[in-house]
Amino acid sequence: MGIEKVLIAMGRTPHLADPTPAQLVEKNNDMMAALDAFPNETLGLVYVSPKHPAASVAEIDRCLKHPRVVGLKLWIAAKCSVPAIDPIIARAAAHRATIHQHVWDKAGGNNVGESKPEDLAALARRHPKVQFIAMHSGGNWERGLRALRTVPNVSAEVAGSDPVAGFVEMAVRELGEDRVIWGSDAGGRSFASQLAKVYAARIPDAAKQKILCDNFRKQAERAMRFKQK
Amino acid sequence: MPITDTNAHLSRWPFRRVANDDPPSLVAQLKRLAITEAWTGSYDALLHRDLSAVNERIVADCQRHGAGVLRPIGCVNPTLPDWEEDLRRCDEVYKMKGIRLYPNYHLYELTDERFKKLFAMASARGLLVQIAVMMEDERTQHPLVRVPHVNTAPLIDLLKQTPKARVMLLNGFRAVRAGLLLRLQATRRVWFDLSTLEGMAGISRILKQVPADRLVFGTGAPFYIPESAVLKLKESKLTKGQLDAIQFKNAQAL
Repeated sequence: MGIEKVLIAMGRTPHLADPTPAQLVEKNNDMMAALDAFPNETLGLVYVSPKHPAASVAEIDRCLKHPRVVGLKLWIAAKCSVPAIDPIIARAAAHRATIHQHVWDKAGGNNVGESKPEDLAALARRHPKVQFIAMHSGGNWERGLRALRTVPNVSAEVAGSDPVAGFVEMAVRELGEDRVIWGSDAGGRSFASQLAKVYAARIPDAAKQKILCDNFRKQAERAMRFKQK
Repeated sequence: MPITDTNAHLSRWPFRRVANDDPPSLVAQLKRLAITEAWTGSYDALLHRDLSAVNERIVADCQRHGAGVLRPIGCVNPTLPDWEEDLRRCDEVYKMKGIRLYPNYHLYELTDERFKKLFAMASARGLLVQIAVMMEDERTQHPLVRVPHVNTAPLIDLLKQTPKARVMLLNGFRAVRAGLLLRLQATRRVWFDLSTLEGMAGISRILKQVPADRLVFGTGAPFYIPESAVLKLKESKLTKGQLDAIQFKNAQAL
């Protein structure tokens, strides 16, 4: 399918929604083992939880020593707007790590600890010099992109929803082509369905290049350069 | 090689303007993707109650703009008075291959006696019955229009009672879970379109549960991006026989 790098996180399935500190270590060890098994195809994210700030900071320091761990993944243990997350964000920023926060806005209601785009917008406004990536753009992207468009330090990632027409066009229109990032959400999703969102979008080819590659590469390279210092 | 899209629509998705939601643009898009035939319903059928007019427009638009690609598929809602006349027109006047049903938007279950009657009558006429199991991810629906998936389990018994029936489930892979999927495909009279199939190399994976002669190509266009379905054919390693069956042979045999 032409995909050069896959960004992996959260270890082997089943994924743990509310992991203990020990489970974070286990999942991150899984992730790094996968990086070592596929050194040319992968980059990694360290899985952390706002429920365990100290353990998460320790995991950031430990895992970012790996040459191809470039950022962190926050999922649904607790909403990302909680103050307890701030030490985690500060530590990630110190490493120049990319920060990937799952956000959804489900018609039937979110899980208890599941963040909405508005939660990430609140967090990003507290940390205006830190870059964030809104995974799935809220799923319900017509709402999610509106919540994110006035928060310039958040990029919208377009994975993990059905390939319905218009998502990428709206993201580019409202956030600009420099703030949109492609992802697949594999293995739950098909590479085909997620690539189609960008391939079929009525935007210039140069914008597609940024979305499929350049925008995230800039963030990842910043993390890689920091490791080398 | 021909490609038959079993799951296309005309008119406007009720909750958003999408690209190519006018007939000439849709035809151009399908042609760009080398799709040679598209079985085409109408999004109007989801919420409009004058389905006679909806079906008339589908036929007219397919004739006027179809360019040999669009093939009309009418809709019948068995909760409406005199739905039998809509069914008759689909068959006798419009010479349609089949009908497309939206039970969840039209508020009936597949255990409903009115549906059973429609199913029997359509099958007796030799019409394929397409059932849209869902139209949109339930998590992204408009708060005023929360539509559950269709429960397709009653089809198992219904097919036993209706020996001539042939059913195609559209947008079914999110809603029809593994156990039921196996029971449905075991009837050998249910086909599944690929439009909402997900997962890496999804076709290769689903072929472990559903044989290639039960799968048909479908895009869900224009609400769903049709490039998604085309790319799925490339994401899985398929034999020429499997590819031919899924792309056109199974649909053409119906």
